[in-house]
Amino acid sequence: MAAVKLDKVWKKFGQNDVIKGIDLEIESGEFVVLVGPSGCGKSTLLNLIAGLETLTSGDIQIGKQRVNDVPPKDRNIAMVFQSYALYPTKSVHKNITFGMETRNIPRDEQERAVGEVTQLLHIEQLLERKPGQLSGGQRQRVAMGRALVRKPDVFLFDEPLSNLDAKLRIEMRTEIKKLHQRLGKTTVYVTHDQVEAMTLASRIAVMDNGHIRQYGPPSEIYEDPTDLFVASFMGSPSMNIVRGRLVENGGVTVRVTDEEGSIDFPLPAEAAGKVTGRIGQEVVLGLRPEIITHPGAHAAGSNVFMFKRTVDVIEPTGPDTMLVFTLGGSEAIGRVRPDEVVEAGKPYGFQVNMDKAKVFDPESGKSL
Amino acid sequence: MSESGIVRRRSAGHTLLRILLFAVLGLFCFVYLMPLVVMISTSLKSLAEIRTGSFISLPKEVTFDAWGKAWSTACVGVRCNGIEPYMWNSVVMVVPAVLISTFLGAINGYALTKWRFRGANTIFSLMLFGAFIPFQVVLLPMARTLGYFGLAGSTYGLILVHTVYGLAFTTLFFRNFFVSVSDGIVQAAKIDGAGFFPIFFKLMLPMAVPTIVVTVIWQFTNIWNDFLFGIAFTVGDSNPATVALNNIVASSTGVKEYNVDMAAAIIAGLPTLLVYVVAGNYFVRGLSAGAVKG
Repeated sequence: MAAVKLDKVWKKFGQNDVIKGIDLEIESGEFVVLVGPSGCGKSTLLNLIAGLETLTSGDIQIGKQRVNDVPPKDRNIAMVFQSYALYPTKSVHKNITFGMETRNIPRDEQERAVGEVTQLLHIEQLLERKPGQLSGGQRQRVAMGRALVRKPDVFLFDEPLSNLDAKLRIEMRTEIKKLHQRLGKTTVYVTHDQVEAMTLASRIAVMDNGHIRQYGPPSEIYEDPTDLFVASFMGSPSMNIVRGRLVENGGVTVRVTDEEGSIDFPLPAEAAGKVTGRIGQEVVLGLRPEIITHPGAHAAGSNVFMFKRTVDVIEPTGPDTMLVFTLGGSEAIGRVRPDEVVEAGKPYGFQVNMDKAKVFDPESGKSL
Repeated sequence: MSESGIVRRRSAGHTLLRILLFAVLGLFCFVYLMPLVVMISTSLKSLAEIRTGSFISLPKEVTFDAWGKAWSTACVGVRCNGIEPYMWNSVVMVVPAVLISTFLGAINGYALTKWRFRGANTIFSLMLFGAFIPFQVVLLPMARTLGYFGLAGSTYGLILVHTVYGLAFTTLFFRNFFVSVSDGIVQAAKIDGAGFFPIFFKLMLPMAVPTIVVTVIWQFTNIWNDFLFGIAFTVGDSNPATVALNNIVASSTGVKEYNVDMAAAIIAGLPTLLVYVVAGNYFVRGLSAGAVKG
């Protein structure tokens, strides 16, 4: 087990800056998820940690060692690839032992390690098969087996579940989490799926365009996003982003105006205190779908506020029903219980919990 | 056939078109097979029968005399040992040339795609250029080179020539295969602690079996059938079979022994046919088994 520390890490491909000075500290035993849209540099960052790419500048430490010039095989890491990257001409058994063979580990020790890992992953019956004869989920297990058997200091996962179908993906996600709880190994996990990030991580690093926008525990990332990018990237359906203006109306409110009139969303005292200097200025109001509900859904004592809007579309999902309406000129989504009586094209009285509302600066996108 | 596959319209006109289609296909088969049939039937006739009978008639009396003569007693120039020693010349020249050029092509293709280095694409383009250089262009420079190395007129010289000339093609084949192999496999192997050659021998070569077979067929056919390099860079005893065949057919004085000529030509062509039949079969099997996506 080892901590991983990145210090001002830069990576250029030709003239392109892909990683732009990233600092990241991963504690020993932690499960850190790098999440972001495609092309944000998250896989490159993982490859830098693995040693599959060379740093342009900066430092990477694994444990106490500075590994900038240490080749991948000597970093004591193991990696699971998106494409599984199993050796197609070798049996599952040989796939798992290949690393130990190249390291000249005695045969009986190899067999013992294989036994342990296959039992852990329930792949004993697959050992003699070739990767081509395995299903997607089985290949995934074998790829993890190949990584586990190394007993590495650090596990690296590069979008390991993105090639699986939805059901299997959720199963394997749970499996990976169990595995981490059991082994407690430092893990760095790359994904573009924010649900995976939320469910697996002990800390999430949200990346965009070569930078880390925010680094923190899932609850903090979700409840307290530092900027609009993080706020809208995390959460599904994503946060409703509404433009408005700060006005005094028996307290600080965000006035949202559109064809159906204007609504003054009252900010609770704490949020109001942070924006008193900005009265009269434009702001962006962020309201997650689950805080816009049918009346009476919020905990007693919350700062709730009622408003009416015409429902455009009703989308039942089973456990909840999504109501799509227009707020401040942009589309917004509210989430109500499935037995709520709603009609498309008719106004509906929403209740919003203003304690959980976020206010952002429209210029910088920063949370206020 | 009508029970499976795509649904087809049934009508009189359609049946007629089908008949026409098979008639045309049959005609082409006939045109392509005819020379071989004539060659085989002529090689099985006696000289007397050839002189009296029709060119395309089947032999009345089958005799293998012509084959025996072509193999061991036909005169190549002034020596009358048949085509046999020259066949061995060809084998001794072709086998190393095919193996070396295939092996080097495999390493080239692997290095060019999986260990990208600055200028890899430029080097590949230059090598590809080699595939478009006609034989005739390299004759003189190659002759100078062989002379310089003291390999002129020897089988070794011819091996070198074919290896160098074949590299462009073999590299192209293997590069195109390895470029389709997931880089993840190489990265996984690097993390597993394997280096350049272990990855090549233990992982890449076994995956490349279909490409190896294609390359071997291609190289074997080309090198075995080559005449120009053979006649330019070898002399007398070290001639390959193609050159000897030419000498058998062209140098016979007096009566033209068509049956011997035909038998010698078939003998000289058999090895490529054999390689194709044996390896081609393996090639099809190799393609369908063990092919793994990603």
